[in-house]
Amino acid sequence: MSPVDSANFMDKHPTHHEQELAFLKDRLLLMAGHAEGSVNNAIRALMERDDALARQIKEDDQVIDNFEIEIDDLCLRQLARAPLASDLRFITVAMKISRDLERIGDEATTISRRVLELNCEPQLKPYIDIPRMARLALDMLKEALDAFVSRDSKQARLLIPRDKEVDAIHKQLQRELVSYMIERPSTITRALNLMTISKAIERIADHATNIAEEVVFNCEGRDIRHSAAALLKA
Amino acid sequence: MSPSPNPTTSAVPLPSPIVETRNLHLWYGTTPALRGVSLSIREKVVTAFIGPSGCGKSTLLRCFNRMNDLIDRVRIEGECLIGGENIYAPEIDVIELRKRVGMVFQRSNPFPKSIFENIAYGCRLQGLKDRHELHDIVERSLRGAALWDEVKDRLHESALSLSGGQQQRLCIARAIAIQPEIILMDEPASALDPIATARVEELILELKRDYTIVIVTHNMQQATRISDYTAFFYLGELIEYNETNRIFTNPAIKRTEDYVTGRFG
Repeated sequence: MSPVDSANFMDKHPTHHEQELAFLKDRLLLMAGHAEGSVNNAIRALMERDDALARQIKEDDQVIDNFEIEIDDLCLRQLARAPLASDLRFITVAMKISRDLERIGDEATTISRRVLELNCEPQLKPYIDIPRMARLALDMLKEALDAFVSRDSKQARLLIPRDKEVDAIHKQLQRELVSYMIERPSTITRALNLMTISKAIERIADHATNIAEEVVFNCEGRDIRHSAAALLKA
Repeated sequence: MSPSPNPTTSAVPLPSPIVETRNLHLWYGTTPALRGVSLSIREKVVTAFIGPSGCGKSTLLRCFNRMNDLIDRVRIEGECLIGGENIYAPEIDVIELRKRVGMVFQRSNPFPKSIFENIAYGCRLQGLKDRHELHDIVERSLRGAALWDEVKDRLHESALSLSGGQQQRLCIARAIAIQPEIILMDEPASALDPIATARVEELILELKRDYTIVIVTHNMQQATRISDYTAFFYLGELIEYNETNRIFTNPAIKRTEDYVTGRFG
């Protein structure tokens, strides 16, 4: 078979190697679905003061943890075959994304624990900023994952600056909660729980940002972490 | 494939090119084997040539010491410069050229002589007779090829008694005995087991302190381990040439990507 014929043959028939990479991607996306679901549920449990739903999140986290172990195992097996170029980038990125998703699952668990505590007392204040922040963070996560699926580094680059919006709301909420605590010490427990939730959502947006940066590396082979200048070179 | 200007060829920073080809074409009879290859190889680094069988990588390597002269009906156009000198110019002494450009082949090919004589042979041919001086050269070369400790007590035994890996390191010692500037290696480890391969690779990394090394390999992991620059060839053309790290993590050209990820070839 000449090189040209063999190229055509390979185009038409995905190799075992390509099938395994596709499987890895499928598992990663399934894991992402669970992580997104957990964050959604955690925010719903907060808004609806739903203890049962908050407890459910803890159980769901075990599923996400298991995915992390499975994906690491799949990646290690692939690395043992010494992949190169885009395959090498994809596998290292898959390991990092799965780590980010696992952390997102942990943040959802943190939120749910605080929700259970908050639900023991009357609601401190109407929740406006928290669901807004959560929406922003979840949109970032969803778009980062969409960019991963469609290998769209432009979309990934565009969402990275939005992390600043989440950070701004988080800071504003911290200030507001501090003033509650100063005025009425009886609110301290609730305010601290809300601060923790706010911080968890801010971290989720950070993980979404990480995933977006990993998508850029996967697509372009360019490492844009910790570099505002590189980000502008879209 | 249509010839295309190669954007990455000129992107490689080459402060001191020692080998340079300019629009080099080579035909075996009427069959083109190299189609206008232009590249510069830097001094005292390891440059790997990769590509599928028949892509011209070995042919190009053999241009650098005019080994292709030994094949009938070879026709060459373009320039091949070593140290700025066109080695295909009529005044070039091919014997002198091959002293400057040594070669190690896929299969080790020691002479059916003693270990000592294998190394000393080239120097004797050059007229060196002094026994002490010859011994010094043999020791220095065997040390340079990381073989001395294994053979110092059996220098007068047949080279054919050595293992495959040792024979290949003996051939490297023989190549460096005449102190070339450049060592060409045509798949030097492809017939060796993993341990012998690791020793040869380690040796190559040692040798680059003193020599310029150009190596043809089918083993891409080997290229990642030992080379500083990598050139990818396809159907007689230089497709991409860049730092090794770049070629194997983020090649600029899709055909390189397809080759190094095993999607064709």
